[in-house]
Amino acid sequence: MSLNELYREVILDHYRAPRHHQHVDSPDGTAEGKNPLCGDEVTIEVKLDGDVVAAVGAIGVGCSISQASASMMAEAVDGKSRRQIDELIRKFKVMMTIEESDEQVVNTERPGAALGDLEALQGVRKFPVRIKCADLPWITLEQALEAAE
Amino acid sequence: MTDLADLRSDFPILDQKMNGHPLIYLDSASTSQKPNAVIDAIDDFYRTTNANVHRGAYGLSNDATDRYEAARARVAAFVNADAGEVAFNRGTTSALNQVAYGWGLYNLKPGDRVLLTLMEHHANIVPWQLVSRHTGAELVYVPHTGDYTLDLDAFTELLDDRVKVVGVTAMSNVLGTINPVRQIADAAHQIGALVVVDAAQAVPHVAVDVRAMDADFLAFSAHKMLGPTGIGVLYGKAELLETMEPAEGGGEMISDVQLDSSTWAAVPHKFEAGTPPIAEAIGLAAAVEYLERIGMDAVRNHEVEITGYALDRLGAIDALTIYGPTDTSNRGGAVSFTLADIHPHDLATILDQRGIAVRAGHHCARPLARSLNAPATARASFYIYNVRSDVDALVDGLQEAREIFGVA
Repeated sequence: MSLNELYREVILDHYRAPRHHQHVDSPDGTAEGKNPLCGDEVTIEVKLDGDVVAAVGAIGVGCSISQASASMMAEAVDGKSRRQIDELIRKFKVMMTIEESDEQVVNTERPGAALGDLEALQGVRKFPVRIKCADLPWITLEQALEAAE
Repeated sequence: MTDLADLRSDFPILDQKMNGHPLIYLDSASTSQKPNAVIDAIDDFYRTTNANVHRGAYGLSNDATDRYEAARARVAAFVNADAGEVAFNRGTTSALNQVAYGWGLYNLKPGDRVLLTLMEHHANIVPWQLVSRHTGAELVYVPHTGDYTLDLDAFTELLDDRVKVVGVTAMSNVLGTINPVRQIADAAHQIGALVVVDAAQAVPHVAVDVRAMDADFLAFSAHKMLGPTGIGVLYGKAELLETMEPAEGGGEMISDVQLDSSTWAAVPHKFEAGTPPIAEAIGLAAAVEYLERIGMDAVRNHEVEITGYALDRLGAIDALTIYGPTDTSNRGGAVSFTLADIHPHDLATILDQRGIAVRAGHHCARPLARSLNAPATARASFYIYNVRSDVDALVDGLQEAREIFGVA
């Protein structure tokens, strides 16, 4: 396990300069996510235009992994349709799944394929206690989208 | 004796590698490690003496009962209490809940105040909040000063006739601050308020004398003082224990049970519903014996020494902020800190890769974390088995964190 795999340059960049780190005017859906054990917090706000995310806000406090994940996620979903976002969420979940099985390859997809910057979060898989940090904004996004429906 | 390094071999868990490095355990404020003497005492009890207590009319049960009650006497004496003033329970949390639900519920009313400090662990906050929903009493908090000690002027100001109970931690689990419990108790008693002391951090690390403190109630946990999990202690002044109601009902705590009501067993057994943590009591007594053999003065001296060294070395790191007193005379061995803009969880992960275990987060004291404007901190906490090289390893790990995060 290498710390360099976890703390990629791009992660630290998003941590220090989070994108979409601002409230959205009259959002259609808002959700707050918290990891009470470690105190990570993120609020996701979405404004929809039809079924396309016209604006997204990701505001929070917490560790570099949770906040970078929120920032990269916001960048990735901005301007995307609900169907594209569902596919993104699915790909992200696949990437975050721990594969330990010698018997069979659980995921045939190349982890992180087509996720852009988000691929930098692949290293988190090797630090199981930190996976929930990376997941938090995504779970919160799903709740915000549900609230918008 | 300030160098207790020889004791390290008494703790088998320390002899292992974590992530390829020797384990360096710096989370004793959360739970301490256990010496062979404690592990063996529990093992021996299960192998030779295990039976339920206070009920079997046979030799083995009598033996178990004798050892359980001998453990009580030993633990009571450790804090200068009588055996009859000490009830076993699951830990500090359940001990404080017993006071809130057994005393607070029956004695507090609307208009009354529960005066706590902002340094309290959730265990000395939430039970009072729960009980306040029934009693209507109000919770009020004493702030701390800029040097992380209790604001005694504010305390004096807040201490009026409305205050019926004062809850105070003897040693903060976040700041390390040792609070002047006797001074607080004297002031509280002047106006007829009771003092409930959370001594979970104090009893393992400094000599605690419930009479010298003049505490009305005092709670601590075995697992932070080399003993097993699952057992804690509630001390109460005899007259208070006599009148306090049990928070839990069940077997073993009754004198007689009728269809509609029951009468209670004598103190302290009326506070020990159900089968108590018997083997754990034996283990706790072994922990007390171990600490007494070292001597609490030596424990304290070692802690002052290593904490002073840690404060010096950590204090020399640029952009590192320590949350707690810098004077070792009024603090324990819990050192909370942040480093530049690196989140404490990231620090903990980086240190873990070097086999160093520290706590990161709010340390079950969110009101305090908010008042510090530090929602999360990293915390290194020391005990008798820690040595200076543990601090050196911590400092090296923090330097690596600086490099990874590009902190100049």
